[in-house]
Amino acid sequence: MTSARANPEMLSALDRPGSYIGKTVPRPNLDRLMQGRGLYVSDIELPRMAHVVFLRSPHAHAKINGIEASTAKQMPGVIAVVSGRELSTVITPWVGVLSHLKGLKSAPQSAIAVDRVCWQGEAVAAVVASSRAQAEDAAELVSIEYEELDAVTDMRTALDPATAVIHASLGDNLAFERNHDAGAVDQAFAESDEVVEADFVFGRHTGVTLEPRAVVADWNAAEARLTIYQGTQAPHMVQNIAALHLGLKESQVRVVCKDVGGSFGIKVHIYADEMATYALSKLLRRPVKFVADRVESFNTDIHARDHRCKGKIGVNRDGTITAFEIDDLTGIGPYSMYPRTSAIEANQVVNLVGGPYATRNYRARARVVFQNKNVMCQYRAVGHPIACSVTEGLVDMAAMKIGMDPIEIRRRNLIADNAYPCASPSGLRFEQLSHHAALAKLTGMMDYDALRVEQAALRTRNIHRGIGIASFIEVTNPSAAFYGVGGAKISSQDGVAVRLDAQGSVICQTSITEQGQGSESLTAQIVGSVLGVSMDRVRVILGDTDNTPYGGGTWASRGAGIGGEAALQATKVLRKNILDVAAAILQAAPGELDIVNNAVVNAADSAPRIELGELARIVYFRPDTLPPGIQAELMAARHFVPREYPFAFTNGIQASWLEVDIDTGFVKLLKHWVVEDCGTIINPQLVDEQIRGGVVQGLGAALFEKCVYDERGQLTNANMADYLVPMSGEMPDIDVGHVVSPTMESELGAKGAGEAGTAGAAAAVTNAVNDALRPFGTIITEIPLTPQVVLTALGRI
Amino acid sequence: MPIVWAGEVTPKMKASAFAYARATSVANALELLTAHGEKAKVLSGGQSLLPAMNLRLIAPELIIDIGELAELRGVVVKGGVLTIGALTRHVDLLKSPEIAAHAPLLRDALTHVAHPAIRNRGTIGGSLAQADPASELPACMLTLGATIVVRGPSGERRIAANQFFAGIYETALTPQELLVAVELPVTPKNSTHFFHEFARRHGDYAIVGLAAQALVKDGQFADLRLGFFAVGDRPLLAKSAGKLVDVVITSAVLSEAFSALDDELDPLEDQQATPAMRRHLAKVLLARCVSSLLARPDLCTGALA
Repeated sequence: MTSARANPEMLSALDRPGSYIGKTVPRPNLDRLMQGRGLYVSDIELPRMAHVVFLRSPHAHAKINGIEASTAKQMPGVIAVVSGRELSTVITPWVGVLSHLKGLKSAPQSAIAVDRVCWQGEAVAAVVASSRAQAEDAAELVSIEYEELDAVTDMRTALDPATAVIHASLGDNLAFERNHDAGAVDQAFAESDEVVEADFVFGRHTGVTLEPRAVVADWNAAEARLTIYQGTQAPHMVQNIAALHLGLKESQVRVVCKDVGGSFGIKVHIYADEMATYALSKLLRRPVKFVADRVESFNTDIHARDHRCKGKIGVNRDGTITAFEIDDLTGIGPYSMYPRTSAIEANQVVNLVGGPYATRNYRARARVVFQNKNVMCQYRAVGHPIACSVTEGLVDMAAMKIGMDPIEIRRRNLIADNAYPCASPSGLRFEQLSHHAALAKLTGMMDYDALRVEQAALRTRNIHRGIGIASFIEVTNPSAAFYGVGGAKISSQDGVAVRLDAQGSVICQTSITEQGQGSESLTAQIVGSVLGVSMDRVRVILGDTDNTPYGGGTWASRGAGIGGEAALQATKVLRKNILDVAAAILQAAPGELDIVNNAVVNAADSAPRIELGELARIVYFRPDTLPPGIQAELMAARHFVPREYPFAFTNGIQASWLEVDIDTGFVKLLKHWVVEDCGTIINPQLVDEQIRGGVVQGLGAALFEKCVYDERGQLTNANMADYLVPMSGEMPDIDVGHVVSPTMESELGAKGAGEAGTAGAAAAVTNAVNDALRPFGTIITEIPLTPQVVLTALGRI
Repeated sequence: MPIVWAGEVTPKMKASAFAYARATSVANALELLTAHGEKAKVLSGGQSLLPAMNLRLIAPELIIDIGELAELRGVVVKGGVLTIGALTRHVDLLKSPEIAAHAPLLRDALTHVAHPAIRNRGTIGGSLAQADPASELPACMLTLGATIVVRGPSGERRIAANQFFAGIYETALTPQELLVAVELPVTPKNSTHFFHEFARRHGDYAIVGLAAQALVKDGQFADLRLGFFAVGDRPLLAKSAGKLVDVVITSAVLSEAFSALDDELDPLEDQQATPAMRRHLAKVLLARCVSSLLARPDLCTGALA
């Protein structure tokens, strides 16, 4: 695979000899992981540790009439069988709402269900035993008496008066509604040459992390302190929530997050079974381990993307897009998830539709309803694939209607690269985007015109290939506008502390976390570059609330942009402090000195003056030899949060080239291209692989992944044989190119790259399938595009 | 075939306790089977058995591990018969020059069996005894006219492949019997074959698959055996193949064969396809098979329109 890259513009603090910025360097944690020395929660064994297995409801909605566990309690190794009511003595329920999502409502949710279950998979009781196998043996002997209740499963009828209300106290099944109206939409449609409408349907799917969710909770009664070992993206958020509901101070809770086997947003939430595990440890006064199995993961890891969205676009014959309108409906399960809520995805859809385009007229409605299915919440590229698929699907249909090429209609409507700063019709503020540069680069990379010629030639041989284009914007580097303003104690700032050790190496503690995307690497690259030391001298510590500064963690494409800037600023302070001491030792002016390659040198001629190891030796062991009044500070901490813009928007464009077998309905992906603009690129390989990984998850949504529920609220494909994740054999080569528009909010200039791939991949594929099917006069607006869906659309079955 | 849970979602990842015996000979394995019958399960490659146990879908009291029985491993050609030991792993069959020379259809089919890690452990005997209707090897046995050799307390039985498969995960094997080998007639030199399956992803169980062996003479089929899989509760040796033998194949002839094939199919519904889709795809496969074996691209396009 090749990658066309622009030269990242170098920035002052980073533009130093031996800088690692913009360079592909090996990740410092690679050897540890490759040699099997990673430490995942499943690897953790503590003295007296017990294992919990949760009995889970087989029904989507039912009353719990009784739990009979006397036989199970007699089984070998069993420590306790605990019901929701018993556990409620140590942990309080919660309600997943935020004040800035006006009108959002939800019902109190318990760690283990009390009296009633609201989805298939909700925990009803916990069996705790000395080993996992013993817990499973005993679980088979617990009998639970249920009385089935009407299950609300179809989002389309969830608000009908005839439909049962899941939580009587809420009055109806509407969790949240948002309406937005900008410009003069009705007038714009009335004056348009053409108006096109379509209904878009998105399959419910989930993140499928390689490592399932896992927790070891260790309540130490002697210290009155709870240590939580958990694969999470946000350790300080876990600390806050655990303390709040267990009646502890945050200082009584330590969250340790070692290696994490994939997150994708799945592990940024607080799940009821995780809360139950914390509570069980406190109740039983011993360490308790919970590891989800795969069936359990499918039934309890958050789902996402279950949307039905009506879309409408107005267009004039010259290609001008006059207006967008959407009406989005999504079903989120029985509770709004805690603490980030389940209204964010629909809210993002409203925010993002039409976002790349200059059109000022935009009307949107989004409704979020409760259902008796597993909870839905934020998963990689929250709302973006919905918004992008609706927008780009409509743009292609508009182009088709007026007989214009899909590239040309975008060229005529994407916001001009020199129009910034500006705002979208939904009020999002853009600092600097590069839609047209990205479009130009993409058409060059894919040789668009030649591909069209090839497509036409193949069509005469009954080979049906399609080209699909999707422009997108991506929310990254969120400020407090995301959660903090709504009352959630989820930090939007991050902190980094750096210190020089006694041999001249650097220890860096950061509040961002690592789930495989390279947080450790980018932090070491920044620290090494700014300080002037080699990366192998930089040790990065993350994922421990006792041992890192306070901060948000890694989610919403924020690690590099926010945590990276904090690392840069902290290292600048350390550098200055080191040079101040060096100047005192060397009887020079700090401005005459620099740090290069682990030594203090003359700034003018790079002549070596003193090794950092020697400087550290003097500072730590012979401070008596320093001039009077000099107190060295070889540790520095800085924090960062964006203040100018609520979000650092990025942009990009994707293209898909694929073949549809019209006899079988199978879609073969032939090639995928992405051009994106995440500002300063710290490590090109990590960015490219983030993009590719994101694209693959988007391709999964486009062709394979769907949580299939029946009308009774039963998830029918909760296993890896029936729920199809995308695998390498079906993936095309993915070429990645970049345009670089650094954000001016930070010295680093980095924006996020974690979700761009996922944002636009499904839209590009759907548009390509419809392009391929053009001779058959059918348009599909439903994903995943399974052979069954394609054959049905073609009238073959 | 997919694993079906009826509502049950309480986690299960550790097998129930079981006893373990490593068989020292086929006779020893048979003794154990005779003594324990339905309470025992034979462990061969373990690629279906162990997941089912860990998911607690089955809870055998005794596992009889036949993995050490070298006498059940290997491929021998003798007197026009290819004998494959039940313990021969998929990877060994894929690398076997005897299989490549004398049963090339089987070699092609094996490349579609799951993934390398599974082919490194899985065995032909295990696959046949498992009798998953969506798996490749049972259909190949029908197409190739295999004989399944089993041993039990009362001696050896030789069962024709078309008598062996009895339903989803069901065979003619009794709980006291051990599948020890399969015998295939060596494929004639002038014979040709076609193997293809439609699966959502590489390595998945097929939505529909076809293993075909043919004798082509003067642009016509002198013989044609069509082993379909994933079209019903067991592999199907399609009688409709007869419609295509000793005739000049035209669209009309093909249509007639489609219609006859349709009558033979009894496809199931699962996550990947409705019965209607399976019927449709079986016809597509048949058209592609005939087109490929006769080198007649004209039969592929249009026949299904």
